[in-house]
Amino acid sequence: MDRMNWNIKAENRTARLARAAATLGADLTGKRVATEAVGKLLEAVLQPGDRVCLEGNNQKQADFLARALVQVDPAKVHGLHMVQSVLALPEHLDIFENGVAARLDFSFSGPQGARLAKLVSAGRIEIGAIHTYLELFARYFVDLTPKVALVAAQAADAEGNLYTGPNTEDTPAIVEATAFSGGIVIAQVNELVDGKTTTLPRIDIPADWVNFVVKAPRPNVIEPLFTRDPAQISEVQVLMAMMAIKGIYAEYGVQRLNHGIGFDTAAIELLLPTYAESLGLKGKIGKHWALNPHPALIPAIEAGWVESVHSFGSELGMEDYIRARSDVFFTGADGSLRSNRAFCQAAGHYACDLFIGSTLQIDLDGNSSTATLGRIAGFGGAPNMGADARGRRHASPAWLKAGQEARAGRTGAAGTPRGQKLVVQMVETFREHMQPAFVDRLDAWTLQEQAGMDLPPIMIYGDDVTHILTEEGIANLLLCRSDAEREQAIRGVAGYTAVGLARDRRAVENLRDRGVIRRPQDLGIDPRQATRNLLAARSMRDLVRASGGLYQPPKRFRNW
Amino acid sequence: MSDVPAGLETLDFSFSGGRPAGAFASILVGVVGSGNLEVMLEPAEGIDCAVRVETSARGFGPIWQAVMNDFHTRHPLAGVRISINDMGATPAVVSLRLDQAVAEITGEQP
Repeated sequence: MDRMNWNIKAENRTARLARAAATLGADLTGKRVATEAVGKLLEAVLQPGDRVCLEGNNQKQADFLARALVQVDPAKVHGLHMVQSVLALPEHLDIFENGVAARLDFSFSGPQGARLAKLVSAGRIEIGAIHTYLELFARYFVDLTPKVALVAAQAADAEGNLYTGPNTEDTPAIVEATAFSGGIVIAQVNELVDGKTTTLPRIDIPADWVNFVVKAPRPNVIEPLFTRDPAQISEVQVLMAMMAIKGIYAEYGVQRLNHGIGFDTAAIELLLPTYAESLGLKGKIGKHWALNPHPALIPAIEAGWVESVHSFGSELGMEDYIRARSDVFFTGADGSLRSNRAFCQAAGHYACDLFIGSTLQIDLDGNSSTATLGRIAGFGGAPNMGADARGRRHASPAWLKAGQEARAGRTGAAGTPRGQKLVVQMVETFREHMQPAFVDRLDAWTLQEQAGMDLPPIMIYGDDVTHILTEEGIANLLLCRSDAEREQAIRGVAGYTAVGLARDRRAVENLRDRGVIRRPQDLGIDPRQATRNLLAARSMRDLVRASGGLYQPPKRFRNW
Repeated sequence: MSDVPAGLETLDFSFSGGRPAGAFASILVGVVGSGNLEVMLEPAEGIDCAVRVETSARGFGPIWQAVMNDFHTRHPLAGVRISINDMGATPAVVSLRLDQAVAEITGEQP
């Protein structure tokens, strides 16, 4: 062997820490860095071309460190390779405009999607790849390990232990990958405790994984992404929720599931203690959830439907409610929620029997996408929730039934008995402004051409989708046996969109006779029953009431 | 110039071969609000079902035709005039309101 040194990373970390100590001088006490010295810290620790994770989750943001990174001297720090799950803040892209960063691997860029597309086409950002959350976390431990992690926590003690509180989210995955491969972890915190007279409620990240702690001048930014005002749920959404409950949840006995973030699935949550109860389904569906603490789930929890909820992140205003319902939520000894995006994504992928969510466009193969022209939005977690878990081996009635439907009459490898995850796309045939949800060709294909991507950004692949649910009916794609059948099953629930109007009426009636397509009346549902009176809560105020006053919605949702 | 406000589109449809609805007091369902519509059913002379749509969403004539064709298949009415004031409702909402209105003629409970 001509390699004499096998500990370059550890030595490099030691050198960086020494550089920081020398630069900071009196601004460093133990692991604590004075707030105003954050720029000096970053310039001392970072080297050009470093791989850096700037914690940007879909809710919690290390916003103080993001602003500090924008302000470092590009002559000293440049060409960084950013590896972070969400681009949410303008600063996440400012660092590419000023040359501090050059390359990007990420998962989701929702609010910054349009600006990201512009920077990519101007050649200011080189995108490595767009991932799912779990996929990006996985790469943190393989070939995208951060050299420096800039994370956010609620509080730190004198030794550098961190309390991340309800919104732990991505922090453990980021810190573990960085701290155990010779990297450096810097945390911004809202609060410092001395560990003696004041202590952390609990320790989420141990001190020896953390190198520096800086108190931010104001609390980190956090978004209530999962709050849906029941007042905005329409009758058509109620109808679709009734169909989901009776035609899918009851049919397969779905006990373990994940819901998307939209009003359609909020309607399902609000129909459990009313409509589903009237069908005698309590105890038979919806016991275990991989889900953020959706306020819309409160009435179902209060009515005794829900046994457990594990969460990716938290939701503002739900803290006291969660604390008071610790049998249902995962909480620390201190009583507050412990979320973990990596574990919850794994739970959603491997331990849930159903994912249901909405999308913007579905094509005739059942591929669906939220990509729109001029925006690079990414994927987030939906592809892992909305995909059959090919590595799954444990059985459940729902999984087995879906697998049997897909495999009946097939031979060889395609006929080998196994289960399948239920992946339901729930869309109204027209979105607002009469935008059709069903299209001949996804915008994703044009976006691929425009942005020079290897693949079109398809959110959920057609061969993973098991059911498409619209106000016109449910298409069960598990029962389709050819591409042509699948196309007619999709056209058959596509309503008055151009795709729907171009259906072969006889083929669609034949599919209906076989139960591949089921209309509301085939399920014994009269659309005129679908009124908002069925919702267990019809306003934010109703949700607060259902929680016994424990749920405290953020100001913007206090509309009474 | 008609008295239709600028931006509105008026569409007329007529269907024959329905069953006489008989006498009934005129019926109004829905509200004129964004994404919603108002549907009025009145008894009319003759044996047709005449439909007049005034909509703020221009250019969707073929979809209205398809929606009304399906409505007539579900509820073949004769001697009825249907007036619709639409503010960009989706076809699903239009069909739902029409069905709600017809249920009131027949006195049928959902």
